[in-house]
Amino acid sequence: MSSSERLHLQGITKAYPGCIANDAVELRVNSGEIHALLGENGAGKSTLMKIIYGVIAPDAGQLLWHGQPQVISGPSHARQLGIGMVFQHFSLFETLTVAENIALGLPADQAKDMAALEARIREVSEHYGMALDPKRLVYTLSVGEQQRVEIVRCLLQDIELLILDEPTSVLTPQEVQQLFRTLKTLASEGCSILFISHKLDEVVELCNAATVLRHGQVTGHCNPQHTTSGELARMMVGDDTPLSENYSKAQGTRVALDAKDLCYQPEDPFGVRLEQLALQVKAGEILGIAGVAGNGQDELMGLLSGEERQDSGSIQLNGTAIEHLSPDQRRQLGFAFVPEERLGRGAVPDMSLVDNALLSASHTGLKRKGWIRYPAVRQFARHIIDRYNVKCADEDAQAKSLSGGNLQKFIIGREIEQQPKFLVCSHPTWGVDIGAAILIRHSLIHLRDQGAAILVISEDIDELYQISDRIGAICDGRLSPIAPTQSVSIEQLGQWMAGQFSDPQPQQPEVSHA
Amino acid sequence: MLKLEKRPSDSRLMAYLSPLIAILLTLLCGGILFVFLGHDPFAALHTFFIAPLTSVYGWTELGIKVAPLLLCAMGLTLCFRAKIWNIGAEGQFIMGALGGSIAALQFLDADSRWALVPILLAGTLSGLGWAALAAWLKTRFNANEILTTIMLNYVALNALLYGVHGPLKDPEGFNFPESALFADATLLPVFSDDYRLNISILFALLAMVAIWTLMARSWVGYQIRVLGEDAKAARYAGFKDKQLTWFALLACGALAGLAGVSEVTGPLGQLVPQVSPGYGYAAIIVVFLGRMQPLGILFASMLLALTYMGGEMVQMEMTLPKSLTGLFQGMLLFFLLATDFLIAYRLVWRRQPASHSTTASQA
Repeated sequence: MSSSERLHLQGITKAYPGCIANDAVELRVNSGEIHALLGENGAGKSTLMKIIYGVIAPDAGQLLWHGQPQVISGPSHARQLGIGMVFQHFSLFETLTVAENIALGLPADQAKDMAALEARIREVSEHYGMALDPKRLVYTLSVGEQQRVEIVRCLLQDIELLILDEPTSVLTPQEVQQLFRTLKTLASEGCSILFISHKLDEVVELCNAATVLRHGQVTGHCNPQHTTSGELARMMVGDDTPLSENYSKAQGTRVALDAKDLCYQPEDPFGVRLEQLALQVKAGEILGIAGVAGNGQDELMGLLSGEERQDSGSIQLNGTAIEHLSPDQRRQLGFAFVPEERLGRGAVPDMSLVDNALLSASHTGLKRKGWIRYPAVRQFARHIIDRYNVKCADEDAQAKSLSGGNLQKFIIGREIEQQPKFLVCSHPTWGVDIGAAILIRHSLIHLRDQGAAILVISEDIDELYQISDRIGAICDGRLSPIAPTQSVSIEQLGQWMAGQFSDPQPQQPEVSHA
Repeated sequence: MLKLEKRPSDSRLMAYLSPLIAILLTLLCGGILFVFLGHDPFAALHTFFIAPLTSVYGWTELGIKVAPLLLCAMGLTLCFRAKIWNIGAEGQFIMGALGGSIAALQFLDADSRWALVPILLAGTLSGLGWAALAAWLKTRFNANEILTTIMLNYVALNALLYGVHGPLKDPEGFNFPESALFADATLLPVFSDDYRLNISILFALLAMVAIWTLMARSWVGYQIRVLGEDAKAARYAGFKDKQLTWFALLACGALAGLAGVSEVTGPLGQLVPQVSPGYGYAAIIVVFLGRMQPLGILFASMLLALTYMGGEMVQMEMTLPKSLTGLFQGMLLFFLLATDFLIAYRLVWRRQPASHSTTASQA
């Protein structure tokens, strides 16, 4: 196919109250091109995608489709033009079959003949190497397979531009490779692909054009094939932020947290059952648990924090049984927790940072005989804000007024400043800009070096490799073997994330370091 | 084109302006209503809202009505802050009056002021016990407190009616459904013999300060606020939501019960079927109109108290029905809920872009 211009955005601007999401954005996508849209969280990528897909109307600017100005009136209009989009959060009905879900998005005349539709689904999905059984119920599919449904749904129409919003964030490394093969096949047939990501190595591997956004503005166009990921990162984050750092690995000393034979059947029917789960975290080490979301991470976190109660099994901290204690009692013994949800669990959205500082730290002398010592709480909040470089109006600012990264720094600071003996962090830098992420990782390493036992549960494999001393994975409520990070290849970890490990040996003998 | 748009953050100004706008709209519509009833709206509104307060007597009567409203409202504040939607202050008030009256009837011959203590205690505990039922149903069976407390209001009302028509009826009362008049010693002390205002207003002001301090400074108050704002954060912090639910409901029941017993040992001096003109319900409006803030609640309870007096005033002076009180209270709540929408949203005037006429509705 010739590299004719398919999509051209000119001066697209969209402002929301309080922020400009897109500021005179220029973007050209040629046919058969895999075009990356890069940027940190909040850079305006999603807004731009929604403008192309007709979900949002821009305040100013023009969209040219095949060189003709177009006003896209909505997603259905976008689909008529041949634009398809796969959102980060799927819009599938879990209780319907694959074919029924796809039929819902099709014009009535195409949706009528289910047998023909099923045949087409089989044909298309096999052609692109993502086999799908049209008769399967969606809730029985893995997340990767659900994504295939979304993609196939787009491919069934004559598609000329496929937009994918961070498609790899929910996939295992093997699934990512499969997706890339599919996308390359598609592109070779002339379909343009707009690939949103903030994972640079993926962009370098897959894409042959890239546009970088920062604070709503385009900061660069380039061809990733001729660019290093370092140069790309520089365009994403600006000039003054250090990009990556290497942390020394540490060896834990004695076992601090010792969980044995944890069994838990969550009340939530979509929850993951934990069976005979065993986990040891040593003082002075960071243990990283990788895994695709929804494989038991939330349940494990709940059991460790005390928000959920196990059906059987034991948890000890430094030899003291704590499995029967409530979260606040555990905190008094030196537990601290950074939950995945910042607003609405780690912090109360409408309360001030002063009040939020008190939320989990009341046992550190911030109250006396049932009365709160507000001067001390205020000082504690101020201390966190200074020490962790939290950008906010002042300590009376509402938690919800902070950006995700700054709120996360505040929460991490609140937990670390309690000098915990055992800290659990769930997705510590998810959706956080690079500067804040580095500060958070530094803080975790520093706490480790002071002798705390730290458990990090994350989907970000790069990060786990950077900061973990030992690493493992969780899949379907089971824990893989856990080994020193240097001795685990990324392929090995990927297999563990996909559940390819023999049943874990709870009392794994000390593995000598690699 | 006028458009509603979500504000980036809630407007504090609007949060305080909204009750004032609601009051103005209520006055406006009230005035229009009077026009349709064939009266000069300014004169009628004057009779309703101003005339009752033109004498010292009027102000003392206002205080009599502020006391129960304020007591119930402070208790409800505790519940509402925890997002426990206790609609049962009315029933807890009635049970307080009923329990207090049963006690007072045991002291008909008393001449010691000390007899008031067990009477007030009995009323307070009756209200508390009534709220305990709702607390038990909620924490044990996860029963929705809105439904249980409303239903318990009717049970309480029927218990009251049974009492005054049955065992508590004054044997020498010519078969009127009323209890005997309580002994003078068991009536709440008044400030001056010329007026009916009694020390229940002090109970109410004391409760206001106590609850205020509790919410702003105490650990239990903080936990209640967190539980109401964000139940998941409360769980994360390890707060015991059941204990907090018990605490808020029992405290509210006790205060409403105290209000109830203060009514029968105060201005009424006996138990009557109409012991509450809906104080427990009006207190809900008071809490929201007063923005759950102590001073706001004080002013709101004065305004609601005024609607009771205004209703009586227009009945006497203009032979209009007393039910205008309920109408004004209803309008107030209605307009408040409407204007509260503008705390999180704002109206913007935007010229419609010609080229995006079809997309605007989807944005």
